[in-house]
Amino acid sequence: MAASANSVIGNPIVGLAKSSPSSSAFLGARIHLRGERSGRSASASPSSALAVSCAMSGNIAAVEAEKNGKPGLGPRPDSFGRFGRFGGKYVPETLMYALFELEEAFRALSKDEDFQKELDGILRDYVGRESPLYFAERLTEHYRRSNGEGPHIYLKREDLNHTGAHKINNAVAQALLAKRLGKKRIIAETGAGQHGVATATVCARFGLECIVYMGAQDMERQALNVFRMRLLGAEVRGVHSGTATLKDATSEAIRDWVTNVETTHYILGSVAGPHPYPMLVREFHAVIGKETRKQALEKWGGKPDVLVACVGGGSNAMGLFHEFVDDTDVRLVGVEAAGFGLDSGKHAATLTKGEVGVLHGAMSYLLQDDDGQIIEPHSISAGLDYPGVGPEHSYLKDIGRAEYFSVTDEQALEGFFTVGSIAFKRLSRLEGIIPALETSHALAYLEELCPTLPDGAKVVLNCSGRGDKDVHTAIKHLQL
Amino acid sequence: MVVASKASLSLLPLRSSSGISFSCRPSSTSISWGRSCTPMASLSVASAPAISEIFSRLKEKNKVAFIPFITAGDPDLSTTSKALKVLDSSGSDLIELGIPYSDPLADGPVIQAAATRALAKGTNFDGVISMLREVVPELSCPIALFTYYNPILKRGIDKFMSIIKDVGVRGLVVPDVPLEETENLRKEAVRHKIELVLLTTPTTPTERMKGIVQASQGFVYLVSSVGVTGARTSVSSRVQSLLQEIKEATTKPVAVGFGISKPEHVKQVAGWGADGVIVGSAIVKLLGEAKSPEEGLKELESFTRSLKAALP
Repeated sequence: MAASANSVIGNPIVGLAKSSPSSSAFLGARIHLRGERSGRSASASPSSALAVSCAMSGNIAAVEAEKNGKPGLGPRPDSFGRFGRFGGKYVPETLMYALFELEEAFRALSKDEDFQKELDGILRDYVGRESPLYFAERLTEHYRRSNGEGPHIYLKREDLNHTGAHKINNAVAQALLAKRLGKKRIIAETGAGQHGVATATVCARFGLECIVYMGAQDMERQALNVFRMRLLGAEVRGVHSGTATLKDATSEAIRDWVTNVETTHYILGSVAGPHPYPMLVREFHAVIGKETRKQALEKWGGKPDVLVACVGGGSNAMGLFHEFVDDTDVRLVGVEAAGFGLDSGKHAATLTKGEVGVLHGAMSYLLQDDDGQIIEPHSISAGLDYPGVGPEHSYLKDIGRAEYFSVTDEQALEGFFTVGSIAFKRLSRLEGIIPALETSHALAYLEELCPTLPDGAKVVLNCSGRGDKDVHTAIKHLQL
Repeated sequence: MVVASKASLSLLPLRSSSGISFSCRPSSTSISWGRSCTPMASLSVASAPAISEIFSRLKEKNKVAFIPFITAGDPDLSTTSKALKVLDSSGSDLIELGIPYSDPLADGPVIQAAATRALAKGTNFDGVISMLREVVPELSCPIALFTYYNPILKRGIDKFMSIIKDVGVRGLVVPDVPLEETENLRKEAVRHKIELVLLTTPTTPTERMKGIVQASQGFVYLVSSVGVTGARTSVSSRVQSLLQEIKEATTKPVAVGFGISKPEHVKQVAGWGADGVIVGSAIVKLLGEAKSPEEGLKELESFTRSLKAALP
């Protein structure tokens, strides 16, 4: 066990660490978890006691490689938190220990049956899982071609979760994790407000202090969610610096964490940020894909052919995709926001128009100018209005495993290809489901996608959220 | 580059720029390289001394380095250029110059605001480099750039290093690149003879701190508190024990920064054994909030002198 501590090449920390059976070579101390039983303590098993940067890494790499089964894909992430060249931990030194602590806690709890049982219980009885896989009969009919052929459209109903979006899956799990870490103060960033509401919700449920950072601009366009957060007992702090949107709220949340790291847990809302967040958030949303596999088998005895999801930071997409990444016969399609159009300079299509750089702790595609300054993105939907994207999506795009497209504000709101109907309106009128504007981007892409699909192709679209929060925006833009 | 030779006389050229400067007060034990007089004119040489060189010279005289930080472009690049000269002549031993960035994670409201103002004024990297190209030859103390990683990546690490080397920058501080990710940066920095300074903080475990101090060049940057930049009313007493711990692990010089804003703080930190004291937000605020650039520069001079006077 000790030997492996020194065996990782190229890691300067490991090279200096003294091997010590009972302590972590990384920091000479062991993480104490609340409610930990002595038999299950983090340092009891050799694989978890050592520094994350050494023995753990070997272990995780082995586990991931095994899980993947495909040598080509590599561990996702590897021991340094990288997905290929993306990911990593580009944060001020002050946060490094907290990130290590978080990762250790996560790995320990993933093997902790009590924790898993507690989490499953909350997902079932409080969040309302499992969410249905719904056959969208009229939407399917809408895409049926004149010869009677066409794909079958299913909606994974994350909009039916408590709080109305997928965000709660991650919030609930991280709140439980925070409690285990003994942290009583929670901070979060939010764009559309859904993650903020989910965080405020779980903090109320678990009795934690909650502070949510939200761009001042976003607060205006998602006023309903601001009210909900406050009603749930959270303090919503408006961020006026920079562009006063999600990226600035995220920067401010990170600054708060740097300052209060010893008492505070940061519930990051997407698969972005420094390692271990992209992995953590993905794992907590992976239930979406896991349920989908089971439900697909039940409903049609097979797998989906195409998975479609909107991509802002990438959490709902990763949650749906992850289960199927190794099933290469399943197409993964992500849809970003093209705002006023890809050539307008006012969009949030990071994977299409971005360049690789570092934002909020991760190496990933991002929207930046010639000087390396981060650009203010634009999308009618606050939740997609982020100039970065989760590093795993950047990786999946680079290796060609997933495809990413984008849809304009107009297309999301007003159908471009179908005369007289609108994606947002379309789902409302055809299925009686009012989708979130973010989700509407994925729905709008069906216009492009469905004509190309063979007869009977099974499409599962992640209906990531409900659109009640967007009615004011819709009223402004639509003549109803 | 000037070769330092202790045995030689006062006719040796001091630092950079356009002529020969004389040491006015050679001490009995060693030549005074220090700030006892303003160089009248100096030889045109490549650049100021290396940062580690500055520290070793100061150490010989039991002096503590005064290291101010300002944001380039706030209120404007021309004022920054003048401010660098004022800081130099008012007793700075090393100057940190911040490149303004859109998402400065490690910075508090004062430096954030300075960055926003500078960017709004159109400050960009090329502008800062042109400014430095003009002013560095006139400075006697070295410059270290303080920048976030993305602007470096944008240009390419190799290219970035050669550009800054070219204008005489001697050091670099990148607050959002932790030790694990510094390999490429360090390689290129060494290649271009730029000293890459690494940061250690109160939350850094001892073993990790040892790795950091071993890899850091120029000096070790000890962040005084758990938080972002910004003046505090007092300096955490943790700094004293942290300094001791670091000094047990390395003989490299250690400078303390974040939160230090008054002569009392400076004196206290020096008393605890720091080899250098860094003052940022207090100076940035002064320059940024002054009624006019000229006012700001005047206040800068007297403030800098008062801070410097608090140091041995």
